[in-house]
Amino acid sequence: MRETTTTEDLQRLPLAARRVRMRALRMVHHARIGHPGGDLSAADILVVLYLGVLRLRPSEPSWPDRDRFVLSKGHCSAALYATLAEAGFLEEKVLGTFMDPLSILNGHPDRKKAPGVEANTGPLGHGLPLATGMALAARMLKAPWRTFVLTGDGELQEGSNWEAGLCAAQYGLDNLVLIVDRNGIQQGDFVEKIIRMDPMADKWRAFGWQVAEVNGHDYGELRRVLSSTPLVPGKPTCIIANTVKGCGVSFMENNPKWHHHVPTNKELALALAELEGAER
Amino acid sequence: MKQSMSSATETFDCRDIFAATLEEMAAEDQRICAVVNDSVGSTKLGGFRRRFPERFVNVGIAEQNMVGASAGLASGGMIPFCCGASCFLTARAMEQVKVDLGYAQNNVKLCGMSSGLAYGELGPTHHSIEDLAWTRVIPNLSVIVPADPVETRSALQWAGGHDGPVFLRLSRMPVPKLFPDRHQFFPGQAPVLREGSHLTIFVNGVLVFRALQAAEQLSRRGLQARVVNMSSITPLDREAVLRAARETGAILTVEEASIYGGLGGAVCEIVAEEHPVRVRRMGVPGVFAPTGSEAFLLEHFGLTAEGIESAAADLVRQRQAP
Repeated sequence: MRETTTTEDLQRLPLAARRVRMRALRMVHHARIGHPGGDLSAADILVVLYLGVLRLRPSEPSWPDRDRFVLSKGHCSAALYATLAEAGFLEEKVLGTFMDPLSILNGHPDRKKAPGVEANTGPLGHGLPLATGMALAARMLKAPWRTFVLTGDGELQEGSNWEAGLCAAQYGLDNLVLIVDRNGIQQGDFVEKIIRMDPMADKWRAFGWQVAEVNGHDYGELRRVLSSTPLVPGKPTCIIANTVKGCGVSFMENNPKWHHHVPTNKELALALAELEGAER
Repeated sequence: MKQSMSSATETFDCRDIFAATLEEMAAEDQRICAVVNDSVGSTKLGGFRRRFPERFVNVGIAEQNMVGASAGLASGGMIPFCCGASCFLTARAMEQVKVDLGYAQNNVKLCGMSSGLAYGELGPTHHSIEDLAWTRVIPNLSVIVPADPVETRSALQWAGGHDGPVFLRLSRMPVPKLFPDRHQFFPGQAPVLREGSHLTIFVNGVLVFRALQAAEQLSRRGLQARVVNMSSITPLDREAVLRAARETGAILTVEEASIYGGLGGAVCEIVAEEHPVRVRRMGVPGVFAPTGSEAFLLEHFGLTAEGIESAAADLVRQRQAP
């Protein structure tokens, strides 16, 4: 059980996040398909959750009292699988089978196949309703576990999120934490150019959530806010994590092209070299 | 609640036994909960809400969240009965039914109320005649259409104990009691309600008693119709279909649904592949229904004892024609 921040833990996180980024890019390159931009924007959030916040037992993935984590932006499965390997749920060699025929690592996660995966996601707007139900279940069962869900920002254009947002607030689900990977880019273009989502924080506040905004690449800040939920008793928590799409690889950063572009051999080598040399 | 419909036959609104049985089950199993889309009255779950308020979730008018949150409840260890008008529960939340229930195999019981043409004059927006076709193609999802209060109760109890998603298609149209109290629903088993050799009628839901009435009339004309209660659409009793094809040589399917993709479609798939015989499908023939009460609409589409009798006689005649 990891419940308190230690200096040693915080030092582990940047190295783990770098490995997750490198693995995710290799996986997308191997599969010749994937979503590297979102993998890289979410990597720090995933690493902080799995190595510093969630109460989990990697040797017992179905431990009933585990915290639940739902990756609603299921297209960023490479980052999730790489993080699950980092956390001890998956063997590293399995990552090399990403999207291979009959692999347990589908392009979008399948809870019946990959240990540690909590939900089958892929179509956007499924994660928050699922997480709302999980939080309701914990309340009905008087269970101690918490539910965390990570969505994209473009994903919040799906109406089902707002149905669940109303419900979670009505039921005062303070055991539920929504993290928005606010990287500002969706498949076609910058989010604000397609359908404006700002002011994002005001929207969630108006829906009855307690909102915090953080730098989604600052391990200490992420760890601090994710470990102090609920921010207000009786209210669900929304953490808007401001991130950079493609974070860590300069030529991928903040460029809509890298939403689902696959790196060439040369681009992969450049990206890995840049990450290798990074002193994040 | 008992209602008197015709001279001697006592009829029942199956939602009453549904609600009473669900309350009984919830009293015995703390994991059972109910999720509704503000449909407390039409699901008759007011009693459940009073007895188990902590296990009753009203998500408001929001079917995608209703089905998604039910999947989350199941994933967290509860057994949610997700109840709403069938037309909205299925169509509005179809992707959640596919992904969160079928694909992810979450243990949710969808209870589609007032299905088929039950909403009568409210019109095609509220008719749910496509739900069988939509749900039947989802892997891992059991699809059940009970015929009377006894089978409704038994199917509900089976669903509660079954580990996997189920779609129970229920109605508000009053029906007589057809089965003895000890009757038990089994998935994939289609009980023969009446033996016959000239044709087989596969039927389910509120039309079963009408098919039995039709068979009675047919027997007076010397035609013996086998009547089979196909309440279990998925899994389907393939053997019952093949026996019917082999032994009676003609099949009539009767459902309060589109003739495309539901019971009729399922039977045709098996017959065409394995033992081709003449089949006629009765139901709603690929149209949106006109304005009218449920009784008017059933008559309009020939889904009455007389209509079934006439279609059956035609079918046997066509089969015997050189």
